[in-house]
Amino acid sequence: MKPAPFDYVRAHSVDEAVRTLAEADGDGKILAGGQSLMPVLALRMARPRVLVDVNRIPGLATITPTGSDVRLGALVRHARLVEQPHHPLLAEAARWIGHTAIRSRGTSGGSIAHADPSAELPVVAAALEATVHIAGPGGTRAETATSFFAGPLETTLAEDEMITAVDLPVPSRWGFAEFSRRHGDFGLVLVVAAEVAGRWRLAIGGVGGVPLRPAEAEQLLNDGAEVDAVAAAAAAETQPQSDIHASADYRRAMTAEFVRRALASHGKRAAA
Amino acid sequence: MKAEFSVNGTRCDIDVEPRRTLADALREDLGLTGTHLGCEHGVCGACTVLVDGEPVRACLMLAVQADGCSVSTVEGLAAEDGTLHPLQEAFCAKHGLQCGFCTPGMLMTALDLLDREPAPGRERIREEMSGNICRCTGYVGVVDAVEAAAQELNPR
Ligand SMILES: Cc1cc2nc3c(=O)[nH]c(=O)nc-3n(C[C@H](O)[C@H](O)[C@H](O)COP(=O)(O)OP(=O)(O)OC[C@H]3O[C@@H](n4cnc5c(N)ncnc54)[C@H](O)[C@@H]3O)c2cc1C
Ligand code: FES
Ligand code: FES
Repeated sequence: MKPAPFDYVRAHSVDEAVRTLAEADGDGKILAGGQSLMPVLALRMARPRVLVDVNRIPGLATITPTGSDVRLGALVRHARLVEQPHHPLLAEAARWIGHTAIRSRGTSGGSIAHADPSAELPVVAAALEATVHIAGPGGTRAETATSFFAGPLETTLAEDEMITAVDLPVPSRWGFAEFSRRHGDFGLVLVVAAEVAGRWRLAIGGVGGVPLRPAEAEQLLNDGAEVDAVAAAAAAETQPQSDIHASADYRRAMTAEFVRRALASHGKRAAA
Repeated sequence: MKAEFSVNGTRCDIDVEPRRTLADALREDLGLTGTHLGCEHGVCGACTVLVDGEPVRACLMLAVQADGCSVSTVEGLAAEDGTLHPLQEAFCAKHGLQCGFCTPGMLMTALDLLDREPAPGRERIREEMSGNICRCTGYVGVVDAVEAAAQELNPR
């Protein structure tokens, strides 16, 4: 199928992009990598009146180490994340996003804004308590990932706001483990464990509407509990749904196993 | 809306609706029907082309977004005199295709892989080609073909 007609505006600055969105009065959409938006348009699940292409806005495709963080401009393509040396956890997580032709177009800002709960970058952002930088017609604001993700494909972004960058702390130790039916598919269950400023955090994707932070499991982990106890607690804190891909029970069992694998992998690749 | 880009080294000027995908522009406005459309939502890989040297799903990019870019399609693989590219030869020799519908996307994906990694192992080839769906051949011939082309292009 083909997208319904729309007006196309190529923005040359963040100001121009948010101004155009504001003028579209709720009927505009940002077009970044297009790897999630274009399918939605093709299937006519959305038919915005205006598309604001942000790909030519200068200065948004940079990866900048800033002390203990790495700042990702909104237009950093997933393929660049895989290659960069500053944030090994991000490099590993990005390898799991789709295939090469998807990673060459998809962007960090688009992935965070799209907020798919089984997508890699939102789960990493949740585990690292990333800071999302947002521009709107009235100025800029920053929000932590924890409150930014509001529900499945739902964030606190207003219709005329744009993500400009994301700051992610570089963890001292980390583990990443994902199970997907085929390489390149979205995760059925994915787990990020990251030690930041001496404290471990866990985030789990694919088991709820937003990346889950299992508070009790994190506490146990930081208290030095056995990995099995941490894994069991994390699984107990999930409330996954059954769907055509897997039952809730299966997802819960996989959560326990993949928490174990993420913790066992410590900076190494932990694969299904 | 006007867009100007090069395809396989030739400059093209088109005037299209913004909603025209790059895949449709190549096929319908420029008559380059080598780029195939299977799913039209990014999953099958049949429409894969290179844009500024990177593989892209042509069904997930608007033609107007290619303005100023350089696009390579399967039509640019063979030499001027019709001599097939080593990848094309290898797909023939190793039975990397049957109906050929998925083949343009397979070839462009493999071209990009061999450009980045001159000597990938079979596991890597599988991993990289796994984003391209084939309904008839069953992939073993495809992996054999990419492996053979790698050896032909970069003999050790
Ligand atoms: C076959 C296939 C497989 C895939 N597999 C995976 C996978 O395994 N894991 C994964 O994580 N993703 C996967 N994806 C999705 C892909 O990673 C996308 O890159 C990503 O979800 C969206 O980023 P984008 O830049 O393409 O955004 P777009 O598609 O351009 O936009 C997505 C949404 O975000 C909004 N948006 C974009 N940029 C901004 C911004 N800067 N500020 C505010 N809003 C913005 C858009 O308006 C739109 O609503 C897959 C896609 C395909 C087609
Ligand atoms: S037609 Fe583009 S990926 Fe299937
Ligand atoms: S050869 Fe027929 S689809 Fe691949």
